[in-house]
Amino acid sequence: MSSSSQSSTPIKSTGLHVGEIKPGVAKKDPILVADGVRRQFGGLVAVDVAHVEIPRNAITALIGPNGAGKTTFFNLLTGFDTPNEGKWSFNGKSLAGVSAFKVARMGLIRTFQLTKALALLTVMDNMKLGSTEQPGEKLGASLFPFIWKKKDEEIETQAIEILTRFKLDTKKDDFAASLSGGQRKLLEMARALMTKPELVMLDEPMAGVNPALTESLLEHILNLKKEGMTVLFVEHDMHMVRHIADWVIVMAEGRVVAEGAPDEVMKNPAVIDAYLGSHQDTDLGTVTGRITLPKKGKDS
Amino acid sequence: MDFLGILSSTASFILDPTTMAYALAGLGLAIHFGFAGLLNMGMAGFMALGAYGYAIGILTFGLPWYLAAFVGIGASIVFALILGIPTLRLRGDYLAIVTIAAAEIIRLLLLTAVFTDVTGSADGLTGFNGTGGTVTNPTPGAGGFNDANPIPSGEYGFEPFLDNERTWFIRIVGMLILVGATFAVWRLVNSPWGRVIKGIREDEDAVRSLGKNVFAYKMQALVIGGVLGSLGGLLLALSTNVNSSVYVTSLTFFIWTALLLGGAATVFGPLVGSVIFWTLQAFLGLVFPALAKAGLLPFSGIQAAQIRFIIVGVILVLLVIFRPQGIFGNKKELTFVK
Repeated sequence: MSSSSQSSTPIKSTGLHVGEIKPGVAKKDPILVADGVRRQFGGLVAVDVAHVEIPRNAITALIGPNGAGKTTFFNLLTGFDTPNEGKWSFNGKSLAGVSAFKVARMGLIRTFQLTKALALLTVMDNMKLGSTEQPGEKLGASLFPFIWKKKDEEIETQAIEILTRFKLDTKKDDFAASLSGGQRKLLEMARALMTKPELVMLDEPMAGVNPALTESLLEHILNLKKEGMTVLFVEHDMHMVRHIADWVIVMAEGRVVAEGAPDEVMKNPAVIDAYLGSHQDTDLGTVTGRITLPKKGKDS
Repeated sequence: MDFLGILSSTASFILDPTTMAYALAGLGLAIHFGFAGLLNMGMAGFMALGAYGYAIGILTFGLPWYLAAFVGIGASIVFALILGIPTLRLRGDYLAIVTIAAAEIIRLLLLTAVFTDVTGSADGLTGFNGTGGTVTNPTPGAGGFNDANPIPSGEYGFEPFLDNERTWFIRIVGMLILVGATFAVWRLVNSPWGRVIKGIREDEDAVRSLGKNVFAYKMQALVIGGVLGSLGGLLLALSTNVNSSVYVTSLTFFIWTALLLGGAATVFGPLVGSVIFWTLQAFLGLVFPALAKAGLLPFSGIQAAQIRFIIVGVILVLLVIFRPQGIFGNKKELTFVK
């Protein structure tokens, strides 16, 4: 596959920020801005983000320890949950009080940490659901096939194109339930693309996916950027973050504790303490003392 | 034992208005549960509104029968909206609890003596179908359903479907409603609209994240299914009196049985399910007393007729365990354990 030659040198976007790098730094062209967003569950403050901006047409990684509030923050931004206070806007339009489906229609599409493939629909129906242009989804029009038949064929062509890219085209008539976990992740991402989004928010796209598939998923994410989309993703795989992210935002205990280009952020002592641990580049075997490695070398 | 007589009486149930009413209500439940995933346990309430709306429209408001039919349909739409607005935002099981309670509220309101003038209380309502009705009361005003019958009086058909013009009129009207409703539902569920509600059945958050107004779709499904249920009630009212003792919770469960028998996520399942359910009910209801009479069962005739409900219950249990998709369903498409 040619993917290895492409993916080994992804072109990084640089110069995204304005001024000194610190948590909440302003971006040259932010697509999403959150200001003072706070969400409390009883006494627990799950998210308390003072200020954060997501750069346009770049790949931003959101990392942080378990329970840092990353997914809750995703939910808040996409209208699946409502913050107790704060302002947040997408393309300059405030999203306060905007319901989840309207947020999606504005071009901000998310996927879920626990994959939500529509199990008992076929792969093709899953894809067709992603389209936002089908007039036959209105109750009145649905009774008259001549209104929506042609559009449905167009949507199908578009779906097959995307499915082919994700190597799911042979599965199009199968129920999504028959797909493997990794394939469902691919389907969810492919379905999100059917909406023609501007900003794609991926919640742990690589969790539970084997290395070969991870590589092709990386490829897809890099392609999104090439096509002019913006990507924000949550991930625990640091190799991947370093590899494809243009910008990294670190959350801990609900706050943004660090921001910056991937290489710099990973050297930040606060990040190492809160998240990475001091042994991040050492083989796990040496850390636990079960294996002694002959030489200490990094392969990158 | 008159076995042929039993078979003939059983067969007559295939074209019985009650069977068609069950099929219509089952079709409504298929939209609710099979396609949209809404657990409606109050179908009897929708049916009661269809039947009583029609009867009250004629008797209290003095409307012609065809306009009175719309009173029942309108009432079921209002009922669906009242149920849906608070519950459709919550998780699925809340709807089940609320609908079962709401249907009971409807039934008790129809039963209470406070509104006897309008609802007839425990006696129910009679004499709204015009001349030739099952009751002796003359219809207030002219132009009841039976007066609109264009069929000349006489006996038509062949055994076991040999009946008078009145029965045939109801059968034909019922069949027209049923065919129309089935076609509309078939159209709906095979359209992009149907795709969205099936998606909602699977995972409403995923559908929401794709920019669909999930609440509106669920409401539409609830209203459409409710209207089909009220049409079922209307059909019952066209053929006989209305009485609140008919629209009890067990009616809802009978419709569920018919639906699951045919296949919940199918269009023709509820139809076939209701025919099988009713003919089976009728057959067992006749065969057990006959067996008891012949001394083959240690019960009295009346007790023996009740055995059928036990049998039906056992069939429902076996069905859910061994063939959850029903007769027509695709095993992959609808199973209870996902």
